[in-house]
This record gives sequence, structure tokens and C-alpha cells, in this order.
Amino acid sequence: MSTTEESIQAPAHAAPTTKGGAVGYYIDDRLASANFTKRLVDKVFPDHWSFMLGEVALYSFIILLLSGTYLTLFFNPSMTEVIYNGSYVPLKGVKMSEAYSSTLAISFDVRGGLLMRQIHHWAALFFTAAVSVHLLRVFFTGAFRKPREINWVIGTLLLVLALLEGFSGYSLPDDLLSGTGLRIAQGIIQAIPLVGTYVAMFLFGGEFPGTDIMPRLYSIHILLIPGILLALITVHLIMVFYQKHTQFPGPGRTESNVVGFRLFPIYMAKAGGFFFVVFGITVLIAALVTINPVWLYGPYTPSQVTAGSQPDWYIGWLDGAVRLMPNLESVVFGYTLSWNILVPALVIPGIMFTALGLYPWIEAWATGDRREHHLLDRPRNAPTRTGLGVMALTFYMILVISGGNDIIASAFNLSINQITWGFRFLLFILPPLAFVLTKRICLGLQRRDNNKLLHGYETGRILRLPSGEFIEIHEPIGEAEKAKLLAKADVVPMALPSAVDENGVRNPKAAKSIARAKLSQWFYSDVIPTPTDEEMRAAAEHAAHELHEAESHLKEISQH
Amino acid sequence: MALSKRHPAALFAVLAVALGTTGAAYAAVNAQTAPKVVAKTETQVEQGKQLFLEGCSSCHGLAAQGASDGPSLLGVGAASVDFQVGTGRMPLAAPGVQAMPKMPSYNEEETAALAAYIATLGAGPGIPTAEMLDTTNAELALGGELFRTNCAQCHGASGVGGALSEGRKAPSLMDSNAKRLYEAMVSGPQSMPVFADSTLSVEDKKNIIAYVTELQANKSPGGFSLGRQGPVTEGLFIFIVGLGVLIVAAVWIGAKAK
Repeated sequence: MSTTEESIQAPAHAAPTTKGGAVGYYIDDRLASANFTKRLVDKVFPDHWSFMLGEVALYSFIILLLSGTYLTLFFNPSMTEVIYNGSYVPLKGVKMSEAYSSTLAISFDVRGGLLMRQIHHWAALFFTAAVSVHLLRVFFTGAFRKPREINWVIGTLLLVLALLEGFSGYSLPDDLLSGTGLRIAQGIIQAIPLVGTYVAMFLFGGEFPGTDIMPRLYSIHILLIPGILLALITVHLIMVFYQKHTQFPGPGRTESNVVGFRLFPIYMAKAGGFFFVVFGITVLIAALVTINPVWLYGPYTPSQVTAGSQPDWYIGWLDGAVRLMPNLESVVFGYTLSWNILVPALVIPGIMFTALGLYPWIEAWATGDRREHHLLDRPRNAPTRTGLGVMALTFYMILVISGGNDIIASAFNLSINQITWGFRFLLFILPPLAFVLTKRICLGLQRRDNNKLLHGYETGRILRLPSGEFIEIHEPIGEAEKAKLLAKADVVPMALPSAVDENGVRNPKAAKSIARAKLSQWFYSDVIPTPTDEEMRAAAEHAAHELHEAESHLKEISQH
Repeated sequence: MALSKRHPAALFAVLAVALGTTGAAYAAVNAQTAPKVVAKTETQVEQGKQLFLEGCSSCHGLAAQGASDGPSLLGVGAASVDFQVGTGRMPLAAPGVQAMPKMPSYNEEETAALAAYIATLGAGPGIPTAEMLDTTNAELALGGELFRTNCAQCHGASGVGGALSEGRKAPSLMDSNAKRLYEAMVSGPQSMPVFADSTLSVEDKKNIIAYVTELQANKSPGGFSLGRQGPVTEGLFIFIVGLGVLIVAAVWIGAKAK
């Protein structure tokens, strides 16, 4: 085996002239970090409020780590039965697990415990909400396109992990709601064909609920998933750093630059300030609004269940899918296949997450677009993608709403059966409708943009000509807006390849590329081209002429 | 002898006066107690019957035997009448799967008359006495266990109610007093099962009442309770208020930078 030689170079510098310089050199001599730090603080980030949604997710994750650490000091993830003897009188003398009694102790006997619990739980809702909305922002602006596909997949993984992390945390207090949730999770695992029952027995260490699940969930919740989350978030951010942040089109912004503020000092001040805003609002909400009042739900007993059992919002869509699914089961070779659980709880999320993760490649394949993109699409300028996104979102939202069908039924005096049937139909009717409507709205907005480019904006000033005709004065739009509107990339659908080769023989291999070209044409159908320079010039001349005419009329009137 | 000088009829006269006096005195004393009670019950039942014939019989039948529009009331007991009429569920505001509570149509005296009348038609659970509602020595924690085992699956663990099938629902218990809770348990209004004394003893009912009263008084130590509807309202809150405020803050910070 041959060895390789690498030279060692001490950072070269002149003697320091100030005390601060001396400290800087001291650190640089040891860490060789000056170059890296300089590049870091000079990094430019573009500015838009929607870019801060990911920051909300990051900051709530930090809040979760901090508040969660405090909770671990007092929480005891044990299923050992104890008789409660804490401060909450209505449960005094009730048999419960140590997990539940230590949650009660955190709520009523630990100083600041209830506030910390509520901060932790609200921050979890914030985290999942911010991750989801951040995902929507990235999707609808096309930020996932080349070269950022891998980071999109990491984001998808982060979303899945966030849901698992949330669910494991929801299960830990061992109150009536969390136990009911775990029971459903166990049922879902059991519905996996062939291996389901074995996996369930393995995970729970025997029959439900057993005593193993709590400590196991605890390790998963405070060590395994947060560890992976932290690692993936780091990779997620490093990739944003190296690939540079995308930016919205605007004056001076191109595919090969980033226009914004340097990390230090402006962006750092903004981001740091925003961290405190997020922290402050989370604490404010946690101090004022109760969340998961476990003392009302009582300890978990498999024989008990409460009306209005719901998961936290981010699992609501799966609960809704289970509630909507008709009760279908079949027996195959003496084994029961529970379609009623299998389809809504495993097949649908499997399809949705796979489609989500693969979407960048699906779109690139369908459009044939292999270029790098650093400028974001305005959602209206990618009508088919926006339509697909709103379609998926509509499907998801119907599932979320169905998850609360009992609350809706009792709050609005409706029949839960009728609501369920209504949503079953809407689940198939509304999403395609949402696609068509969204696409039409996008195309309408594109036409409006073209109108603005060609004829300027409407001033609201109406002029009546001597002939009796009314005209509205249009003024040309500003340069900034013009740059934004002109940045729309004109797309060309793939040409339909010939079904026969050069010898006139039918080419069986052409079928695939024909299908792809058709897909590309569908994706880019109804494309509205940005006005050409010539059209712009002609429109400008026309406008000038009209204005001139109007002005001469005005002059005539004033002379009379 | 002076006695012999008396008229032979004098003895009868004295006897007659004595008997008459005591009889009159007895009648006078008695008139204030026993006969009056008998008369009131009779008139109360009679009043109840009149009210029933006027207001209830069109659905429940002239003899309360039940008809196509209303169930038989034979043997439902006074507790059931007091609950249904006293909370305004009966008479129905509108035909439907769920009798909704409203302002009672009958005053207390009329309600008592209706209850007394229905109670004469067949044996059923009576209106609970003050002793049956006395929760001074009730066991709160046991009441909680019983509540979660028997009541929470419909009324919710925090007692705010929940949906049942086909538009029926288990109402919120947050405004129910001890008497109404007891009457509901023994009479099983609408979709609710009857919890007879053989299922839940009088003591257990007291424990449950004590626990529900505690739920009503629970001051929500964590802050605003969001209606105690659970994760649904919490999720709505985080999107509408939480994320809403943060997005406004993000826009504001973006605007400040320019």
C-alpha cells in the first residue's frame, strides 16, 4: 500500500497591530478559520418574507430542543403503576403509569413545568406547520428544480421525520388521548400484510399496550429522531449555503447572481431578531393558551375512550383518511386483509410521500427541462405545476377536515354520516376542479401581466373625447415591475417525434417519447408568451399616440 | 236528688253536645291537614292530566300509550318528565333526531303536575331528593374513573359533548346541575342508556356528579381553554393565530429592511 504526502501550511500573516487583531490571529493560527468565516459573513441572502418560513421551522426546532431538554429532567417514561398523590385533587388515588403521573407532576408540581410543557407542545405544532408551509413555498415557486432536487428530498424526509417525532411525543404522556393514538398506530402496523402482527409484537414487546413501548418511544423521541433531524437540518442548510439561495425575479437579478444582504451584519440581525420574535410569540401563546390538558383526559386504560379523540393537526389527514375509508375487509387463505386500514393509513401516505419526494424528477421528465434554475417562478407563470399543487393540497385539506368530522358534526348540528359521505364524494370531485380553476386563474393573471407590459397600468382617470367616446388613461409600469414581469421564461414543449423512422418503418421505440412529448405539451399547454420587444415597442407607440391625441383634445377644450 | 230532677232527655242532650263539639273540633283541626293534602295531589294529577291532554297527547297519545309521533310514557317516571320538560327539550321545538334544549314551555308548578300525572301511569324513577344529590362525602377520583368508563365515550373526557350517529349528539355537561345529571342517568333521555341503581349505585351517581361539578369548576390552569375541544381547535389556533402573527412579523421585518 502506498502512502500519500500532504504538506502543512501555517497561515501566513504579519504581526498584529491591535489587541483585537492579536486575538484574531491567535484563533486563526489554531483553527485556520479566517477564510471560512470571511466567506460566511460575506454570504449574500436574498430577501422575501416567504423565505422566512423555513426559518420559523428552524427556530421552533431549537425551541423544541431547549424546552424538551427541560422536560427530560422530570419526565419518567415508565409504565410502572403508581397511585397518584400529587397536587391535582380530582386524580388523587387513581392508579396510573409513572409516565402519566410524572407528566402531571410537570404540570402541577414542577416550577415552570406547565409553561415548559405548553411551550414544547405549541412549538411542535409551530414546527410542523412551518415545515409544511415552507414546503408549499418551495413547491409553488419551483425552488426544487435543478440543482436543488437532493435538498428537496432531504426536506421531504424532514417532513416525514417531523410527523413521526410529533406522534411519538404525543404518545408519551400516556393519557387517554395518547393511548388511543397508540392503539390506532398498533392497528395500522397490524394491517401490514404478512408481517404486520409480527412487527407489532416486536415493537410493543408483546400484546398491546405492554410495558416496553413507553421507554422505547422515549428513546426514539428524544434521541433517535431528533438526532437524525438535527443532522438532516444541518445538511439542508449547508446545501442552501453552497448552492446559494434562490431569488424572485426582479431588476438586476439573473440566473447567475444573488441580490440581497450580506449575512453579516444585516441578515444576521434580521434572522437573529426573527428568532426572538418566534421564541417570544411561542412563549406568549404557551403562557396564555392551554394545550393538551392531560389532567382532563385521565390515565390511559384500554377499556376507556373519549369522544372527540383526535391526533395533533399534522396527523389529522391520516385520521381523516381512515374515517373516510369504507369498511372493506377480505379474507385470503384464512388471513384477514384490512383494506379499511391498509389503504388510508399506509397506501395513501405511501403514494403521497413518494410522489412528493420524486416530484422534481417527474416534472423534469415531463417537461424535458434540464437547465439549472436559480430564479424562482412566480406561481402564475407555471400554471400546470401550480394547478397540480393546489389539487394535491385540496385532497390533503379534505382529509384534514374529515379528521375532525365529529367536531364539525356536533358544532354545526350536522349528521356525521352525511358529512362523511359528502367528503367521500368531494375527495374525488374537488381536486380536479381545483386544478382546472387554479390553472385558469394563473393564465388570467399572466394575461393581466402581459396587458400591464403592453399597455401600462390603469390609472383610473377617465377621459371623454369630443366624439363622446370614453377612454381610460394608462401609464407605463415602473422599471422594477417591468423587470419582474419580463423575467417569465418562455417554455417550449417537446416536439412530437415521428412514429416512423427515416425509412418509413413504424418505430416501436417511439411510443415512449411520443407519450413524453404529449405530457410535455400538456404541461405547457395554453402557454401565454411574454410580449416580444417588437410588440412592446408597437404598444408603446400606440399608447403615446393615444395620449398625445387625448392631450391635444384637452388643449382644445381649455382654449375654448 | 238533683239528678233525678233532670229531664230524662238531658243525658242525650249532653252526649249530643259533647260529640258534636269534639266532632266539630276534630273536623276543624283536620281540615287544615289531611283532607287538604289529598285534595292537592288529586288536583295536581288532574292538572297534569289536563296539561298533558292539551300539550302532549297529540304525539304521545291520549292515554300516554305512545303513537307514531311519540313514544309511550307508561313507566318512564317523574324523573324523565322533569328532565325533558324542565330543560325545554319537551315539547319538541321541531321534529328531528335530536331534542334540543330551549327555554322551558312550562313553569315549575306545571312541570311538577305533568310529572305527577305521568308517575301515576306506571312505576318509574322519581325526581331525586336533596339527600340523593348531596355530594359532600362523594369520592371525586372514583367519580372520575366512573365518568371516563361510562360517560366519556359520548360526552368526552372533559364533558364538552360529542357527536353520535345520524345527527344525534351527546350534549355538553358544562351547564348541567346535579339534579339534571341525576335525572339523565336514571331516565336515559334520547340516545343515552339508562344507568339504573343496579348498574350505578346512588353513591356512584353522586361520585360522578361530584366529578362533573369539578370539571365545570376547573379553571383551566394552562390559560384559555379553546373550548376544551382538543387537538382540532389547537391546530386551528396555531395556523390562524400562531402562523398568522409570524407571517405578519416576517413581512414587517422584510419591509423594515427596505
